[in-house]
Amino acid sequence: MILQHIADGILSGAIVSLGAIGLSFTMKLLRFANFSHSELLTWGAYSALVFLAFFLSFGGFLDGTIGPFSFGPALLLAMLCSCAATSVIAILLHRFVFDRLSRAAGQMTMVFASFGVALILRHLVQLIWGSDPIYYSNELQFAVLLPGNVRVMPDQVFLLVLTMFVVAALHLFMTRSRTGIAMRGVSENPDLARVSGINVDRIITCVWIIGASGAALGGVLYGTTVQLRPELGFGLILPLFAAAILGGAGSLYGAVLGGLIVGLSENLSVMIIPTTYKPAVPFLLIVAILYFRPQGIFGERSR
Amino acid sequence: MIGVVSYLVFFLILSLTFGVAVLGLNLQWGFTGLFNAGVAGFIAIGAYTMAILTGPSRDAVFGGFELPFVVGLAGAMIASGIGALFVGLATLKLRHEYLAVATFGIAVTIQLVCLNWEYLTGGTLGLIGIPNPTKAWAEGPLIQNSLYLAIVAIVVGLTIAALELIVKSPWGRMLKAIREDEVAAASLGKSPERVRLEAFVLGCMIMGLSGALYVSFIGYVSPWDFLPILTFQIWTMLIVGGSANNRGALLGALIVWGVWTMSGFVLSRVVPSEIQARGGAMQAVLIGLILVVTLLIRPRGLIGEELQVSRHARS
Amino acid sequence: MNGGPALEAIDVVAGYAPDLPILHGVSAHVEAGEVVSVIGPNGAGKSTLVKAIAGLVEVTSGAVRLHGRDITGRRAHRLAAEGVGFVPQSENVFATLTIHENLIMGGAPMPKSVAMERIREIYGMYPVLQERMHEKAGVLSGGQRQILAVARALLTKPRLMLLDEPTAGLSPTAAGELFDVVRGLSERGAAVLMVEQNAKAALRNSDRGYVLAEGRNRLDGLASVLLSDEEIGEIFLGQRRDAVGPGGVE
Ligand SMILES: Nc1ncnc2c1ncn2[C@@H]1O[C@H](COP(=O)(O)OP(=O)(O)OP(=O)(O)O)[C@@H](O)[C@H]1O
Ligand SMILES: [Mg+2]
Repeated sequence: MILQHIADGILSGAIVSLGAIGLSFTMKLLRFANFSHSELLTWGAYSALVFLAFFLSFGGFLDGTIGPFSFGPALLLAMLCSCAATSVIAILLHRFVFDRLSRAAGQMTMVFASFGVALILRHLVQLIWGSDPIYYSNELQFAVLLPGNVRVMPDQVFLLVLTMFVVAALHLFMTRSRTGIAMRGVSENPDLARVSGINVDRIITCVWIIGASGAALGGVLYGTTVQLRPELGFGLILPLFAAAILGGAGSLYGAVLGGLIVGLSENLSVMIIPTTYKPAVPFLLIVAILYFRPQGIFGERSR
Repeated sequence: MIGVVSYLVFFLILSLTFGVAVLGLNLQWGFTGLFNAGVAGFIAIGAYTMAILTGPSRDAVFGGFELPFVVGLAGAMIASGIGALFVGLATLKLRHEYLAVATFGIAVTIQLVCLNWEYLTGGTLGLIGIPNPTKAWAEGPLIQNSLYLAIVAIVVGLTIAALELIVKSPWGRMLKAIREDEVAAASLGKSPERVRLEAFVLGCMIMGLSGALYVSFIGYVSPWDFLPILTFQIWTMLIVGGSANNRGALLGALIVWGVWTMSGFVLSRVVPSEIQARGGAMQAVLIGLILVVTLLIRPRGLIGEELQVSRHARS
Repeated sequence: MNGGPALEAIDVVAGYAPDLPILHGVSAHVEAGEVVSVIGPNGAGKSTLVKAIAGLVEVTSGAVRLHGRDITGRRAHRLAAEGVGFVPQSENVFATLTIHENLIMGGAPMPKSVAMERIREIYGMYPVLQERMHEKAGVLSGGQRQILAVARALLTKPRLMLLDEPTAGLSPTAAGELFDVVRGLSERGAAVLMVEQNAKAALRNSDRGYVLAEGRNRLDGLASVLLSDEEIGEIFLGQRRDAVGPGGVE
């Protein structure tokens, strides 16, 4: 039983990790808490639905499933397109709302604005696609039985592998590429980066692309392993913040580890508290970490 | 004609009731610079306390003390204040953006408790039959509502009077000093942390008062009334009206609630009934747009703070 | 390169808030191959001046010219690409990046292969950096940090080098080495504008100097002349006796 909870925790934690990476980066780089970040997961999930329908309309090899999974090449392509579409949304929001406000007003104004943006994004989804749950596919899947009587779906295994792949790729990007190094430099000291010749606006755009793509992947994987609902992202606001704050703003591994901790604590909590209170667990984590180690597990103390 | 008047009375009662919560938020954000993203939670505490203290007794649910209205109001304020004291002690040391996240989480948690602690809150069904004192004073809904409006107006008037007094007092000047510059404020003598906590608790008590007024008027309380969208609405009222200005706070409440109910009315007429459920989504998009657009084009709101030479010289 | 001095700042008004100028019309110029010091009491606006030239602080009126070309209001990263190197007063290395990564940051305006070649040259000049290339810059000692900060700014072979208190907190030996580096720069034809706390040491290692006070030009002239000027002693030794710190004693 406990093993099953651990497995479920890791799986839901992987989705939180993917979403939290972007939140953590933007929190560090733009110095504001973006309450609308989780809505990017919703938009990622729903825009993949549109691309999926498009690719499926071609039929042929696109329309079919791969191995034991519930999805086929069409969803993989849709996932990539959704990363691009979600990045465009994020960049537009940055350009027309957050960037303007950061120049004209302060960070707190950006936080309010992100409230409003979240409200708009969430309810637009409800307007366009309705409030009923949607699934990418009606394929039936058979759970795989792992040792210890743990059941996982093949899609969940895919989710975990893809997350690990994304994290590894990001690690290489952040340590090997000049853009990745510049991202780290900008988040530590934007002015020094500027005088070194880094175009900070370009780096911020890169951060939004990475953050939005992570969110889109998280959203699509949520849609694959759970379902699509307009409140998908809303329910993840606190888990994402908990993961980003636990890990320390700006830290890749922090966000990933934070996501896993959040997923595990949520799923293990049902052994001691009623399931109905599960959504409060990330909040308790946030309060605990802010009280005892405000810079997060991996974060450096802010200057 | 009667219809219009009674609708207007109804509208004023609700918008002024929300206005009370906006006044509480204004004390926290406008005057002290505290970011409370959990407004709905503190309104909920006040609302449930009112329901428990003044409501009829029933089986298997705590409360139903059938106490007088005024006791309910006082109890609601005290309960919200106590809640705020604990929350404040745990979170007020945090940086602004973390305070926003933490208070948001508190509101979510309070709503979960409302939803699930059936013995205290009646669970999903909520608590019904909360008495409205005006029902005992007069006959007929219009007169009763007018009397209730008078009560709400008195509460608003008293709250504003009290807030103006407070803001002009040395303690109130301290609030603004903290908002502008914590370090400088510390040099004025009193501990900024203590003053922040006091302002937070007082603001939340006013929110609790608003919740209490709300349930007595509506007659029931349900966890679905305190979703985060309520927090957004209260915030939008403050931003649109202009923070750090009590008249602005009330004006914002009237305007935003007006837009909200009017848009609901219009949408219910023009939107075909089969997608009626999506009307609510359109309203929410609208309120989000109002908030964002106000921030972009008129960040100080309609009536902002009267400019003062409060900026200490930088040199 | 067209006419005019390497750097020319004319009546620069600049500050951190729109209505609160810190510099009230400061002028200065530096020729190629020249080392020029900016000295003045704390809060005089020395850092603000170099930041305004580097594009970090908005210039609200006046002009900044580079080799005769107007660069007023140009953004900092563009200036870096045009040959302006800047070593800020504090936090002048990326503490969370390795030494190697700090240098890579400095090479941002150049094509990657060119930058890598330059990093190799820098390692040749400062072997201590190569030895510790994979360590975080945050663990370096004060002197090594300053070397890294200068090396980062040197990477693009800037034609104008702005140094804000490069010797602050250094031992006299380390400060001497740093002044040697600065000399070397100017000998290769770069223009150097250097803010210094330690007025005497700075002037001894400069060709000319400017004295700023309260955001205005107070005095300027040949370094040798300023060194013997009484007013300087008044400004520095009169008001700031307490501020003579570690690199402040000769
Ligand atoms: N980031 C900033 N925001 C607002 N004001 C600033 C900022 N940096 C400096 N100032 C103000 O500008 C004035 C000039 O500061 P500046 O740093 O240019 O002085 P300085 O001559 O370099 O002094 P020091 O010798 O201490 O380095 C000071 O009054 C300072 O308070
Ligand atoms: Mg300085």
